[in-house]
Amino acid sequence: MESITVTFKLNGKTTAVAIEPLESLRTVLREHLHLHATKAGCGQGGCGSCTVLVNDEPVLSCLMLAALADGQEVTTLEGIGTPPHMHPLQTAFFDRFAAQCGYCSPGMIMAAKALLDKNPHPTRAEIAEALAGNLCRCTGYVAILDAIEDVVTQMQEA
Amino acid sequence: MAKHYGRGIAAVNYPTGMNLGGDPTQALIFCQPTGGFSVKLASTDLGQGLKTVIAQIAAEALGVPFDSVIVDTGDTDSAPHCMGTFASRATHRVGNAVIMAANEARKALLDVAAEEMEAAPEDLVLENGEIYVKGAPERKTNVFNVALAAHFKHGKTISGRGIYLKQKSGLDPETGACDPDSTEAHATTVAEVEVDDETGEVKVLRLASAYEVGRQINPEMVKGQIVSGAVMGMSHALMETVFPYYPALDHHTYSFGEYIIPTALDIPEIESVVLEYPSSNGPYGVKGVGEMTANSPIPAIVNAIYDAVGVWVTDLPVTPEKVLRALEERSLETH
Ligand code: FES
Ligand code: FES
Repeated sequence: MESITVTFKLNGKTTAVAIEPLESLRTVLREHLHLHATKAGCGQGGCGSCTVLVNDEPVLSCLMLAALADGQEVTTLEGIGTPPHMHPLQTAFFDRFAAQCGYCSPGMIMAAKALLDKNPHPTRAEIAEALAGNLCRCTGYVAILDAIEDVVTQMQEA
Repeated sequence: MAKHYGRGIAAVNYPTGMNLGGDPTQALIFCQPTGGFSVKLASTDLGQGLKTVIAQIAAEALGVPFDSVIVDTGDTDSAPHCMGTFASRATHRVGNAVIMAANEARKALLDVAAEEMEAAPEDLVLENGEIYVKGAPERKTNVFNVALAAHFKHGKTISGRGIYLKQKSGLDPETGACDPDSTEAHATTVAEVEVDDETGEVKVLRLASAYEVGRQINPEMVKGQIVSGAVMGMSHALMETVFPYYPALDHHTYSFGEYIIPTALDIPEIESVVLEYPSSNGPYGVKGVGEMTANSPIPAIVNAIYDAVGVWVTDLPVTPEKVLRALEERSLETH
């Protein structure tokens, strides 16, 4: 198949990339653009480790054709914080030991960000509901929920 | 037709390490000209935090800050042999090997420092990367200066080798006894469940546990193991199977749609207390914690189900179908 060019805003920067028409957004992010925070888990929409934001909505990037991102705004974990300037969610995950292998963390943080951007004061049950599509094999979720609740509290106090 | 509440208890003694013909692990430590130390291990960090606890142990044994230790894991070509990360053995085995390596490196460091400071090595104190002469704290230097001198003036390495070996222990032909493990950790879990006798569904309401884990090197990460073990135990008890429609093996699982594991919505209330009775042979009294934590919840949940509805389902996972079949069988027996 002939390659096509898609152009989208990636982490605030206009990005054009030549892709195969049927490639997933996840493949394009990881393999063409070398952004590896977005994880390749199941590839079937079952684990949430590939979660990114498209126009601020959480999306499973393994199930979205990259071609459909044309003209859209895509945000990955790399776009919300860097080691010297971590996003409050990243800091909270760090402080709460909310990662063990860390494979789920990028997807968890992106799903949590999508929730907090819409609903800055969620209850613990609402947080759990928002993360229900993101599997974690390691932590048992408690530290993850604690970390996100910490950010909610910080935002209330700020 | 109703929901029934039940409570069950179970306990486990969990061995640290194993012994299939001896169980060794090695470690190498060396100092860079920066005064930073590298620990080379073939052992793997699975996410349980081995790199962190080993950096803590190495820093403590060397007498340097935690931040000046780098732990490099997982490459069996470039690091000395390790039997592997399993049997809750890594912190115990690797930690012991690292303490041995750190002692040798520390001695090499203090030998160079002694020459530099014109003092006897046994009179030197090394704490948190600072070195001074006992009783004369104004005569001081630090690891960075000594590392530079070792490299560029003395032509000496500051390094250490370590190994920990759990000796092979064969069976005593008379008694059948052997000494398979190094130490044992202990846990007891109380599970509270709600069983729906109409749908067969089991909901775990609460898991309350006590864990005796020896000395904790990193309590926050011990807690991480405990919480995740509780959830994984619940998951083994109620959800996980690769053959959900056994005995029809062709209906095996293909995805997380059939191979069910808990989500953030499924977790019960989890409470735990930790007791520390240091082991005699672990590094600083460590015992293995990881795998044990997933064990006691399982029989505790099965016992709680019996307490709730009076049937034993001992074939895991306890799916709604198995609960309903067991209830039906019992009602046929009693009528
Ligand atoms: S990799 Fe996309 S949901 Fe699992
Ligand atoms: S930390 Fe390993 S999957 Fe979540």
